[in-house]
Amino acid sequence: MIELKNLSKTFTTAGGQVEALKNISLTIPDGEIYGIIGMSGAGKSTLVRCINMLERPTEGSVLIDGKNLNELSEAELRQERQKITMIFQDFNLLMQRNCLKNVCFPLELAGVKKSEAVARATELLETVGLSDKAKAYPAQLSGGQQQRIAIARALATHPKILLCDEATSALDPQTTHSILSLIREVRDQLGLTVIVITHQMSVVEEICGRVAILNGGEVVEEGPVHEVFSAPKSDAAKRLVYPDGYSETLVPAPGEHFIRVVYNGAEVSKTPLIAQMAMDKNIPASIRSASTRSLGGKAYGNMLLSVTGDDALAQEAISYLREIPDIIAEEVELNA
Amino acid sequence: MLDIFSSEEVQEALEIFVREFPTAIWETVYVTVISTFFAVLIGLPLGVILVAGDKKILKIPSGFLHVLNVIINLLRSIPFLILMIMVFPLTRLIVSTVVGTVASIVPLVIAAFPFIARLVETSLRELDPNIIEMAQSMGAKPIQIIVKVMIPESIPSLLSNLTTAMTTILGYSAMSGIIGGGGLGKIAINYGYYRYRYLVMLLAVVFLILLVQIIQTVGTHLATKLDRR
Repeated sequence: MIELKNLSKTFTTAGGQVEALKNISLTIPDGEIYGIIGMSGAGKSTLVRCINMLERPTEGSVLIDGKNLNELSEAELRQERQKITMIFQDFNLLMQRNCLKNVCFPLELAGVKKSEAVARATELLETVGLSDKAKAYPAQLSGGQQQRIAIARALATHPKILLCDEATSALDPQTTHSILSLIREVRDQLGLTVIVITHQMSVVEEICGRVAILNGGEVVEEGPVHEVFSAPKSDAAKRLVYPDGYSETLVPAPGEHFIRVVYNGAEVSKTPLIAQMAMDKNIPASIRSASTRSLGGKAYGNMLLSVTGDDALAQEAISYLREIPDIIAEEVELNA
Repeated sequence: MLDIFSSEEVQEALEIFVREFPTAIWETVYVTVISTFFAVLIGLPLGVILVAGDKKILKIPSGFLHVLNVIINLLRSIPFLILMIMVFPLTRLIVSTVVGTVASIVPLVIAAFPFIARLVETSLRELDPNIIEMAQSMGAKPIQIIVKVMIPESIPSLLSNLTTAMTTILGYSAMSGIIGGGGLGKIAINYGYYRYRYLVMLLAVVFLILLVQIIQTVGTHLATKLDRR
């Protein structure tokens, strides 16, 4: 279990004091895939770096299975970091080492015998599906492949926590999808706790169980993903949830229900979703705002629909949408 | 070309060439290689200390870094010709003489190590700081960051900078002919400057150019070949 207690981080810069994190308290249970989402500058990166003490918090503590990381010596902390590994937006592979040796890197640091390290790395390359790239150099790989190597490397020392710092932000939606699936797979197999730092709603929706919304260095909302996203309360959450930004003018008329539809690679290019729903269920829906894009015949993004009628009608529409693979649909309460 | 030089001059130059050039070329190569070796031995750790200290990888007092910077700048601002003479006492202490090929290695190392320290510093600073953070996030010790990340990841840049350093040292070694250092420099000065045998000097210069070309070609080739980016 990871416990952050009253965590604050203040940077002293030439321009004065910058409060990157303000009094953050979070509890992340074992085996959870926990999302921390926020716009750039919200303090996400600082927060994740406080969890492994790359940044020492100014105040507050980080407890991992009850052990307070602040109280560890440098040497103890290095030991602990083998159990809290990290993957990055830019992968951060060693460019002068081949893939196998990249995966061996943390094992070398830990003083594992070379033959054992190679055996472990070979096994991990298989886990991430890149056995054939053992002798290739990172520059010869695509972004998605590089991130797979980075994941293999992060798993080498049998960590219990995996920190993902914008791990899919440099990847296209399809590759993002495959990397997220891999992360979930390894979580399921190894019982890892995963912390996903991102600015992308779709990432949180795809793999996270719980989410914290970070804004201006503060946690403004926290809870199970579907609860937070279906009834966003804070302005920061609303800005994330509504594709074109939350607008006060979006006031529901009597009997109007808003449904948020998330496309996670759904195959909708051949069937017009809204028109199909109108024909099949006789439910007319209007699009209030949308931000979707189509890649390789698959749709990604989200959309805000409104249907007018009683609650049962709204529920029927949601059930209909949910039957389509790779689509998440939920009612949102605008005035929550 | 032959119009400028009489046949006697050409004849004499050829004799000198056959008699003295093999040893001179060997001496130049030997002095350059040995001096580069020792200069790297001193300059590489200093360059590492400058960067690792500045990036807080090693805990080095900023006062020490400051002094180190000043010393490097100081040594780099002394013209080599003067430095050679200035370090006579040190040269005598180390090799018990101040003239000759071996004696010229001492001032060459003193002149080259600050240069190499700076070049190493430049190479290491080019490294993406995120890579260092990655190593730290995996529990790397400071020495592991230096030996397993900073230096190996900078190899292509270090090699091309080392090539530059070696050609510079080669040039300096020729200058050391003035104080009795052996090699092509001595031939060029002795025959060209003192005895007006321009053809011999020209030949020495041609071979110096050839050596620089060889070093540069090999260095560039290695740096490119070992660059996996």
